[in-house]
Amino acid sequence: MNDFIAARSQMAISLGFHIIYSCIGMVMPVFMAVSHYKWIKTGNPVYKNITQAWSKGVAIFFATGAVSGTILSFELGLLWPKFMEHAGPIFGMPFSLEGVAFFIEAIALGFFLYGWNKFNKWFHWCTGIIVGVSGIASGILVVSANSWMNNPSGFDFVNGQYLNIDPIKAMFNGSWFSEALHMTIAAFSATGFAVAGIHALMIYRKRNIVFHTQAFKIAIIFGAVAAIIQPFSGDLSAKNAVKRQPAKLAAMEAYFHTQPYSPIVIGGIPDTASKKVKYGIEIPGLLSFLVNDNFKQEVNGLDKIPTKNQPPIAITHLAFDLMISIGSVMMLVGILYFVALWKKRSWLSKKWFLNLFILSTPFGFIAVEAGWTVTEVGRQPWIIQGIMRTSEAVTPMPGIHYTFYLFTAIYFTLSIAVIFLLSRQIKMVPELYDRKT
Amino acid sequence: MLYIVIAFLFFSILLYFLLGGADFGAGIIELFTSADNKSRTRKTMYQAMGPIWEANHMWLIIAVVIMFVGFPLIYGAMCTYLHIPLLIMLLGITARGTAFSFRNYDAIKGETTQNFYNHIFVYSSFVTPLFLGIIAGSVVSRQIDIHATTFLSAYIFNWLNWFSVTVGLFTVALSGYLAAVYLIGEADDDNDARRFIRKAWQMNIAAVIFGGFVFFVADLENIQLVHWIFGNPVSLIAVIAASISLALLWLMIYNGKRKIIRIFAAFQVTMVLLSVGYTHFPNLVMVKGGQNLSLLAHHAPETTINDLGLALIIGSFLILPSLFYLYYSFQKKEEII
Ligand code: HDD
Ligand code: HEM
Ligand code: HEM
Repeated sequence: MNDFIAARSQMAISLGFHIIYSCIGMVMPVFMAVSHYKWIKTGNPVYKNITQAWSKGVAIFFATGAVSGTILSFELGLLWPKFMEHAGPIFGMPFSLEGVAFFIEAIALGFFLYGWNKFNKWFHWCTGIIVGVSGIASGILVVSANSWMNNPSGFDFVNGQYLNIDPIKAMFNGSWFSEALHMTIAAFSATGFAVAGIHALMIYRKRNIVFHTQAFKIAIIFGAVAAIIQPFSGDLSAKNAVKRQPAKLAAMEAYFHTQPYSPIVIGGIPDTASKKVKYGIEIPGLLSFLVNDNFKQEVNGLDKIPTKNQPPIAITHLAFDLMISIGSVMMLVGILYFVALWKKRSWLSKKWFLNLFILSTPFGFIAVEAGWTVTEVGRQPWIIQGIMRTSEAVTPMPGIHYTFYLFTAIYFTLSIAVIFLLSRQIKMVPELYDRKT
Repeated sequence: MLYIVIAFLFFSILLYFLLGGADFGAGIIELFTSADNKSRTRKTMYQAMGPIWEANHMWLIIAVVIMFVGFPLIYGAMCTYLHIPLLIMLLGITARGTAFSFRNYDAIKGETTQNFYNHIFVYSSFVTPLFLGIIAGSVVSRQIDIHATTFLSAYIFNWLNWFSVTVGLFTVALSGYLAAVYLIGEADDDNDARRFIRKAWQMNIAAVIFGGFVFFVADLENIQLVHWIFGNPVSLIAVIAASISLALLWLMIYNGKRKIIRIFAAFQVTMVLLSVGYTHFPNLVMVKGGQNLSLLAHHAPETTINDLGLALIIGSFLILPSLFYLYYSFQKKEEII
C-alpha cells in the first residue's frame, strides 16, 4: 500500500468511526431530555429509568466520541499538513466555534451525569438540553467546514496564493446549509432507528416490556419524522452538487454521456473503460427532471470533465445508490409507523411489525457511511474542490501504512469494546430498573 | 488581536498541563500505589475527577484549534516532524480516556475486566505526559531538522534524544506531584491524606531529580538551558518564586492546610512554564541550524486572527463561568442547595 492511499484510508476509517459516535452524541441527549421531561412532569419512574439507562450508554459513547475526535483534530495535521497550512486560516472559523461548543458540551455533561439528586431538577434538566444543543451545534459547524472543502469560498486564489481571506464568508459558503441540514436529519434518523431497533428487539423477546415500549416510542418518533423529510433535503443536496460539483453529480449517477432526456441509472456496475454501466436500470429523463425540473434539458456528464479530474466512478455511484435505497426504505417504514400509530394500533404489538424495526436497526448508519463516501470520494481528486489536489496535501513522512494498520486495529478494538459494554448495559436493565416498574 | 490569540494559546497550554496533567498524575499515582491501597486511591480519585475529566481535556483541543487556525505553518511543521511522538501521545489519550470511562460504566463489575481497564488506565496515564514532555523538549531545543535527509534524522532522532526524554520524565513527575497535592485535599480520612502526602513528597523528589537530569543532559548536548533560565530576570524570578512557594507548600501541608496548597502547586508549574516560555517568546518551534518559527512572524492573515480572537473571547464568556461552577459544584464537602 503506498503512503498516499494509506493516508486516505486512515482518514476515511477515522472519520467513518467518529461519525457514528458523533451522530449518537448529537441525538441521544435530545432523547434523554424528552424522557427526563416526561419523568419530571408525570413522576412515572419508567421515564427516570429510561433516562438513566440511556445516560450510561451516552457516557460510553461520549468518551469514545471525544477521543476519536481528538485523534481527528490531530490527524488533519498529521496526515494533511500542506492542506492545513493553507486551509486552516480559511476554514478554521467553524472549528474554533466547534471547540467552544465541545467545551460547553463536556461541562454540561459533567453536570448532567453526576448531578442526579444534587441540583434543582429543572437546572439538571437544562444541563441535559445544553448537552444536546451544543452537540448539534458542533455537528453543524464541522459539516460547514467540510462543505467548504466541497465549495471553497471566502478567499481569492491568485497564482497559487490564498489572498483576501474572509473566514466568515468561508463558513457560510453556498453548500453549508444543504449539507448541515442533511447531516443533522441523518443523525436523527440513523440514531432514532438504531435505538428503536434495539428496544424493539427487547420487546420482541418480552423483556421489560413497559420500559422498552416507552423507550422505543421516543426514539422512533424522532427517527420516523427525520426519515420522512430526509429525501427532500437530499434533493436539495443533489441540486447543490450539480451547481458546484458537476463531476461529483455525474459520478453519483454514473452518467457518462451528456444527452437530452438525461437518464438516472439505478444500480449496475459502471465501467470506465467502455464508459457504460453494466446491468443497471435506466430511467430516461428522470435526471433532467430532478436537476432542472423538466424532462428534456440536458445535464452535463462525465465527458465534459477531463479524466484527470474525475472521481472514482464506481464507488461514488454505488455508495449513492445504497444511500438512496436505504433512504427510501426508511421513509416507508417511517410512514408505516405513523399509519400504525393513528389508524392501526393493533399493529404495534404484532411480530412482523417489530421485526421490521429490528431489521432496520443498522440502516441509518449504513446510509450515513454511504453518504459520506459520496461526499468525500466524489470530491476526489481534490481535497479542496478545484484548488488543491489531495495528493499535494499528504504528509511527506513515509511508512503511513503502519499507522493505518495501527489505527484500524484500534478502531476495531474500540468498536468491539463498545458493543460489549452496551450489551452488558442492556443485560443489566432488569436488575437495575425492574424493581420499580 | 494577535496578542490576545497568543495569550489564549498559552493559557490553554498551561491549563492543559495543570488540569490534564493532574488527571494523568492521578493515574501515575495509582500506578505507584501498593496493591492494598489501590482501590481506596481509585475511589478518591474517581470522586474528584469523574465529573470534570472531560472538561480538563478540552484545553488540548482548544490549543490545537488555535494552532491550526492561527499558526498553520508552525502546526504543519510540528505535525510533520513530530508525527510519531504526537501519534503515541494520541494513542495514550485514547487508551486512557476510554479505559477511564469504561471501568465506570461497565454495568457488570467483574474482576478481570476491571483489572484490564485499570492496567490500560495506569500505563497510558504514564505514557501520555511522557510524550507530551518529549514533544515540548524537542520544540524548544533545536532538535527538529528540516533539512534532514534520512528517515531517522528527520522523524526519529529529533524527539528520541536524551534531552527530550528527560524533559518527558520530568513532566511525568510534575503531573504526579500535581495530582498528589490535589488529592490531599480530596481525601476521605486522615489515613488517605497521609498516603497522598507521602506520594506528593515522593513525586516532588522525583521531579527535583529529573529536573537536575534535564540540566545535566542539556549541558552534555550543548543546549543553553542554564542561559535560558538564569540569563534573564523574568525567568530567574519565576524560578525563585517557584522554589519559595515550594517551601511554603510543605510548611502548609504540615500545618494541616489541605485545600489551599493546590494553588501553590499550580503556581509552581506555571512558573516553570513561564520561565521557559519567556526566554523563547515569540518563538514556539526552534529548528536546527538557527531558524525559528515565531508566533509573531508565522501567523495567519489579519482577518483570520481577528475572527479567531473574537470567537475565543466570546467563547470564554460562555465557558469560564460554567467551568468554574462545575468545579465549584463538585468540590468535596461543599453542600449544594
Ligand atoms: C440516514 C442517512 C441518510 C439517508 C437516509 C440519506 N442520506 Fe444523503 N447523505 C447522508 C446521509 C443520508 C450523509 C452521510 O449525512 C451525507 C454526507 C454529507 C452530508 O452532508 O450528508 C449525505 C450526502 C448526500 C449527498 C451529497 C452532498 C454533497 O456531497 O454535496 C446527496 C446528493 C444526498 N445525500 C442525497 C440524498 C438523497 C436524495 C436521499 C434520499 C433518500 C438521501 N441522501 C438519503
Ligand atoms: C468536517 C468534516 C470532514 C473533514 C474536514 C474531512 C477531511 C478529509 C480529508 C482531509 C481527507 C483526505 C483527503 C481526501 O481523500 O479527500 C478526507 C478523506 C476522506 N474522508 Fe473526509 N472529512 C470530513 C468528514 C468526513 C466524514 C464524516 C466521513 C465519514 C465517513 C468522511 C469520509 C472520508 C473518506 C471516505 C475519505 C477518503 C476518500 C478517498 O479515499 O477517496 N469524511 N476527509
Ligand atoms: C461530519 C463529521 C463530524 C461530525 C458530524 C462531528 C460531530 C461531533 C459531535 C456531535 C461530537 C460530540 C461527541 C459526543 O457527544 O459523543 C464530536 C466530538 C468531537 N469531534 Fe467531531 N464531528 C465530525 C468530524 C470531526 C472532525 C473532522 C474533527 C477534527 C477536527 C472532529 C473533532 C472532534 C473532537 C475534537 C471531538 C471531541 C469533543 C468532545 O470531547 O466533546 N470531528 N464530533
